[in-house]
Amino acid sequence: MASSDPTRLDAASLLAAYADGRQTAEAATRAHLARIDATDGALGAFLRVTGEDALAHAVDIDRRREEGRPLGPLAGVPLALKDILATRGTPTTCGSRMLEGWTPPYDATVVERLRAADAIVLGKTNMDEFAMGSSTENSAFGPTRNPWGLDLVPGGSSGGSAAAVGAFQATLGIGTDTGGSIRQPAAFCGIVGMKPTYGLVSRYGLVAFGSSLDQVGPLARTVGDAARLYEAIAGHDPRDATSIHEAPPTVADRLDRGVAGLRVGVVRSFLDGDGVDAGVRARCAEAIERFEALGAEVVDVALPHADRALPAYYLIAPSEASSNLSRFDGVRYGLRVDGPTAEEMMARTRAEGFGPEVKRRIMIGTYALSAGYYDAYYLQAQKVRTLVQRDLATAYADCDVLVSPATPSTAFGIGDKVDDPLAMYLNDVFAVPSNLAGTPALSLPVGHDADGLPVGLQIMAPHLGEPVLFQAAAALEADMGFEAAPAAVDAAVAAS
Amino acid sequence: MVALSDEEVQHVARLARVALSTSERDQLRGQLSDILAYAEQVGEVAAEDVPPTSHPYPLVNVDRADDPRPSLDREAVLSQAPRAEQQRFRVPRILGEAPDGEEA
Repeated sequence: MASSDPTRLDAASLLAAYADGRQTAEAATRAHLARIDATDGALGAFLRVTGEDALAHAVDIDRRREEGRPLGPLAGVPLALKDILATRGTPTTCGSRMLEGWTPPYDATVVERLRAADAIVLGKTNMDEFAMGSSTENSAFGPTRNPWGLDLVPGGSSGGSAAAVGAFQATLGIGTDTGGSIRQPAAFCGIVGMKPTYGLVSRYGLVAFGSSLDQVGPLARTVGDAARLYEAIAGHDPRDATSIHEAPPTVADRLDRGVAGLRVGVVRSFLDGDGVDAGVRARCAEAIERFEALGAEVVDVALPHADRALPAYYLIAPSEASSNLSRFDGVRYGLRVDGPTAEEMMARTRAEGFGPEVKRRIMIGTYALSAGYYDAYYLQAQKVRTLVQRDLATAYADCDVLVSPATPSTAFGIGDKVDDPLAMYLNDVFAVPSNLAGTPALSLPVGHDADGLPVGLQIMAPHLGEPVLFQAAAALEADMGFEAAPAAVDAAVAAS
Repeated sequence: MVALSDEEVQHVARLARVALSTSERDQLRGQLSDILAYAEQVGEVAAEDVPPTSHPYPLVNVDRADDPRPSLDREAVLSQAPRAEQQRFRVPRILGEAPDGEEA
């Protein structure tokens, strides 16, 4: 494929091509829409493609560029938006029958910022229902497939956005991460996925799952692109009471600084854990060796309570979900199934509108919060949250960043884990400490396993440590390289 | 070790306002028991003197000036409701006599 094909360019190259007139936003947008048209029957990344709006925006950008008028920092870069963010005038489903047909009367702050940055929103992407899942199989509208193997899951819950970016349908993607839902699909799809510090990106207009955990973040094929997108969406928002007031840390100037002198802590219990595939362990160990070769000081760190982070997460997140999802009651928006009383109407609506995983989590959360169980479950989980935060604070007192595998395995088969919720939950085991602590973390592709599937290395940083996080990731990427070139989706398209 | 009874599952479903079929209750009883048994590990950590954390950062109330500002357009919001009437959301009877399927 010639490098002049705009779907193969990263955002930085695309912006450079626009700037010197080799490419137009309209042509690039048309190329991406054509790519979606050709491949999404096989992939299923998009729930809705907003091609007309995208083209109109692209034409407007080209005109403004010609006239020398101001343009946003992502002007003309095609982007895939997870269908969990409210878009005014465009339906937003959260992958659920409950919200099928809901057309939000407002834009999420992230969507406003993307439009202000002049990113081209190509459409809304598939996801596990209400962001609950690690495979995008929990969508009410069918699964998304992995561009590296169409019988494999793309990860989740941001599987649609990750698959779209990995398959060159979109240059950039937006996901959300409550317990790994950006980093795990990024690892499975061979791309970069980053969860910012809690509070740096506004949650206004993000359909809430676990409000003390949810963060919006970038998906991209390069660290530099992820950094650009992070800078475009981060910033204080008075409409989100948990939004951080200080200016978000900028990262662009840290991408070529190298890692000489940085202290990199290896979470030994994660890397050497029983459940970690040999291929994942080997690639991550090699990446850690590269850090050392590049001049970083590599040390082992212990997170003594990290093995309790996942059980704590699977009490805290469902508890918050059971409260947040009480708003879906058939009264103000979305589905209603009639019943003789208000209570009966609500119970029937929720029975029909929610899928099995959402019901499971609402039930767990309701149980954990109910009288007689609160102290043993929810309160104890909150104490574990304190201990996990202390573990991380201790580690960061000595290290600039921490590293571990992003996931225990590479992408698994569609259907392999749908009947075993606990096995599915274990996907998040390395991801959740950063969510419980509200700290930033990133997944970077660092090679392939024996089956040729991408392996993700997780890099974690302390609160507001985005500069060093991107610095470490960019240095490793520059040293190791990684070709995001999945042939499977093209072979499947060629065969059909 | 947690083993939920069918009555407990029904009770939680009632609290959560989710109508479950018999087969859903059966399946959930086993799955919830497994998940809660796993989650019980949080209780194995001695933490009597550890304060609970509900949020990643200490939060303080954020006040804004009490200035009137435009809100969402009422018609636009009500247009998304399953039932609306007289500029209000319409729901089935909440209080009153025998339920008869009539909407109050």
